[in-house]
Amino acid sequence: MQSFGYEHPEWLGQAVDLLRTHRPHARPLAGGTDLVNRLRDGTLRPHVVVDLKGIAELRPGITQADGRLWISATTVLADLVADERMRTHFPALVTAAGVVGPVQIRNRATLAGNICNASPAADTAPPLLVYRAQVIARGPAGTRSIPIDAFFLGPGKTTLARDELVTAIELPVRDRPVQAAFGRLTRRRGADLATVSVCVSVDGTGSTRIGYGAVGPRPLLATDDSGVLADPATDPATRTSLLARLARATSPVSDVRASQEYRRSMLLVLSQRVLRAAVIGEGEG
Amino acid sequence: MSRTHLIRLTVNRVPRQVEVTPRHMLLDLLRDDLGLTGTKACCLVGECGACTVSLDGRIVNSCLVLAVEADGAEVTTIEGLATDGHLTRLQQAFLDEGAVQCGYCTPGQVMAARDLLAHNPHPTTAEIREGLAGNLCRCSCYAQIIAAVSAAAAEEEK
Repeated sequence: MQSFGYEHPEWLGQAVDLLRTHRPHARPLAGGTDLVNRLRDGTLRPHVVVDLKGIAELRPGITQADGRLWISATTVLADLVADERMRTHFPALVTAAGVVGPVQIRNRATLAGNICNASPAADTAPPLLVYRAQVIARGPAGTRSIPIDAFFLGPGKTTLARDELVTAIELPVRDRPVQAAFGRLTRRRGADLATVSVCVSVDGTGSTRIGYGAVGPRPLLATDDSGVLADPATDPATRTSLLARLARATSPVSDVRASQEYRRSMLLVLSQRVLRAAVIGEGEG
Repeated sequence: MSRTHLIRLTVNRVPRQVEVTPRHMLLDLLRDDLGLTGTKACCLVGECGACTVSLDGRIVNSCLVLAVEADGAEVTTIEGLATDGHLTRLQQAFLDEGAVQCGYCTPGQVMAARDLLAHNPHPTTAEIREGLAGNLCRCSCYAQIIAAVSAAAAEEEK
């Protein structure tokens, strides 16, 4: 592995200064489950790694305020999965976070890291899209709040500037949790990356939101406000053709995990399954 | 650019001080600097679990943790389980059930199983499979490994 410097700031302002000073040769480090692999294989060669885990403002934790749950940037997926408020309000995100790697990875990997890595197959991305997450980022110009749908640009690419870092992910809490479900297809049981993943939410007004993973250059969101998908009485043919129409937003490719054709077929199957789970309130597709 | 850092950590209840460069992994620190070679180096990408150790009470892949990140931490490795030469119930169960073939994955399997039983003293077979999903066994001793974890859990109950 190449050499790099290691910085361990205590305050957020110091971390931002370090990123700005060394831009573009600095990389923030949270759990390291993606970053360390890329340091080892040489695809990333930063001069400085800025460890966020000692920063007072970013201490691990999930806090509730002003109708939002605020998940700090160093909160690991294992803690997100165990949090009762998350389980009550965002069960589909909990399901997705619970299938990221095995325990050893979930004990280290963070939600912020999962989205900053910007894999099109990131498990937590479809539920974050569906639940209208906001990404809170801090840079030299201050703090900004980015809707998650505007955050992902492409494989490994986000809207973050090289001297910005994510400080938290915010989720709006509703009085009555929206019904949602998450499902994914993998090559094998146990720890694996998603071949296709889908998250669906159905709210009381009939609005349906579908998050797609691993079927495009970035995680994608489709919405249907017609009420057709949310209605359990809709006939299957109508439902299927509407789901197929929404899936046109996707552009799956062939890779080591599956062919384009297989992904396209399975996307529709999985969408139907997860929609059904969301409508009848089963939680998991 | 890459200066060394003096880190202090506790490994198997013994305080240690080690000088490391940032690219030094926790796995390297344990094996090369402290001579604790029970923790195995295998895939080095966080897939196989052979390097599993407990870091501040949580199991992690030590191949994905920079040694500098473990400054101030409490680490337990496979060498820290037996006391006065007596194996833990779980370790004994691995022997009794023949859950060890080549043995390379065993330290990681035991560390993961220990963590599972600490959180869930009476796991079902499905829960054992899920709890050990991050630990691969190339000899495919999975049936015996699951039997060993079940036996250790049952033993605990007595």
